[in-house]
Amino acid sequence: MFWKTCFFLLTSVALHAQVASNADARLKSLEDATRAAQSSGDNAWMLVSCALVLFMTGPGLALFYGGLVRSKNVLGTMMHSFSLMVLATLLWAVVGYSLAFGEGNLFIGGFQYVFLHGVGAAPNADYAPTIPHLTFMAFQLMFAIITPALISGAYAERMKFSTMLVYTTLWMLVVYFPMAHMVWGKGGLLNASLGGRIPCLDFAGGTVVHITSGISALVAALVLGPRAGYGREPMKPHNLVLSVIGACMLWVGWFGFNAGSALNASGLASSAFVATHFGAAAAAAGWMLAEWLHNGKPSILGAISGCVAGLVAITPAAGFVQPMPALAIGFLAGLFCFFMVTIVKMKLGYDDSLDAFGVHGAGGTLGALLTGVFATSLVNPIFKDASGRTLASGLLEGNAAQLGHQAVGVLIALALGAAGSFVCLKIAAALCGLRPSSEQEEDGLDLSMHGEEGYNLES
Amino acid sequence: MKKIEAVIQPFKLEDVKEALKAIGIDGMTIIEVRGHGRQKGHKEVYRGQEYQVDLLPKVKLEMIVASARVDEVVQTLSNAARTGKIGDGKIFVTNVEEAIRIRNDERGETAL
Repeated sequence: MFWKTCFFLLTSVALHAQVASNADARLKSLEDATRAAQSSGDNAWMLVSCALVLFMTGPGLALFYGGLVRSKNVLGTMMHSFSLMVLATLLWAVVGYSLAFGEGNLFIGGFQYVFLHGVGAAPNADYAPTIPHLTFMAFQLMFAIITPALISGAYAERMKFSTMLVYTTLWMLVVYFPMAHMVWGKGGLLNASLGGRIPCLDFAGGTVVHITSGISALVAALVLGPRAGYGREPMKPHNLVLSVIGACMLWVGWFGFNAGSALNASGLASSAFVATHFGAAAAAAGWMLAEWLHNGKPSILGAISGCVAGLVAITPAAGFVQPMPALAIGFLAGLFCFFMVTIVKMKLGYDDSLDAFGVHGAGGTLGALLTGVFATSLVNPIFKDASGRTLASGLLEGNAAQLGHQAVGVLIALALGAAGSFVCLKIAAALCGLRPSSEQEEDGLDLSMHGEEGYNLES
Repeated sequence: MKKIEAVIQPFKLEDVKEALKAIGIDGMTIIEVRGHGRQKGHKEVYRGQEYQVDLLPKVKLEMIVASARVDEVVQTLSNAARTGKIGDGKIFVTNVEEAIRIRNDERGETAL
């Protein structure tokens, strides 16, 4: 009897252990399956976002800028955007990604990812734990493409092509990679999500993309001087139809830019998507209204310029603000950029051909500061204390210090962009010369730099 | 032989062609030109930059006709091109010494 009982007990214990281990295994496989499903979903959205952001540069920006120049410079201007799709990609693959996102010091990344060493299908837990590291790398690359392309709006119609390539190569090394590292890279000074010393909220690139490019554009416009005949000859946009198409593509592409910056397909992405759309619409309304009151007529060039200004301003805020503040940010950006482009520029007299500074520099600065005002932990609980409790994000939520942090980020971007752009231009000018000869400029860059014409209507 | 040059509103070109065809004038040369007389241009504004557009698109017709037909052609042309507003254009008539048909070397009014 005793042995029988012992036997029974032993078997039941063994049986229980077996059931328990079976349950563990099933639980684990369930977790794995859930993780794989989430990863697939997130990766699908992020790959689409990558493509959307590239779509912003070509054809979006190429058409937007291409339509705004004179017909003799349409190809040269489109070539700026397109060639930077090529150049920035090569730089990124060799060293750029590493300098931006490798672990380095406060200001620039290290060399761990040079030649994309170690960047594969496995996620990088620091940046985006649910998508392949390769996807993250590619997504960030698309930002590195559009940023220098934005600057081309300021030097359009009057920079030598070779100079442009040298300038941009240097500029990426001196300005973009460091700035991207500071704001988004692990260990960066301004990184808000990975514990930077001065946490600056920049969801999708208000400082990194728009302020750096905008201020660099202004410096480029000043160093280059105005286009030959500026103020005397008419320099009307040669084809606003192209510009409207381009601006609409920018609007669509911007969903990838901002909602993709959630780095997953979560509710945060939806929130950023909505904020982006509202910001764009409100800014277009703001610019049109200002123009209607000021000039007597609302123009479509004004409407699309306002739309882009709003998209710029909402970029740093997209993943931190609710829809109504997004409307406010957009509307203010529309008014402010209208004022910068039509009144301040005329007063100061610089020739920023396509208003890269007035739209991206001004809109980016406004947006970065307003992010510090309207950011709320309801949308994105980014700040937490040691015990994991969520802290306030922006000024209106009670975190007044954030506005100061935003200002520091803005100032660093302005200073780095201005100084970097100046130095890079001077070096490029010393190597290749700055501007085409006056005959070449008169002929147009299409012919003089590329040996072709945009419109051969008689052939 | 007389040469008639008429600068007209581009949107009147079809009316003028029809009217001239109706009185048997088949040959003409058309040039797209820009210009202005007393007509004022218009203002365009691109991001605050104002442009005064003075030279407006016009169409210039040239035709050589037998001297006997000049009055009739000028009258037809001006009736067809007229809207009554500033900017309707002008007609100029000049003498032509010779006309030569390249194909067979015909000369004078038979070459027209």
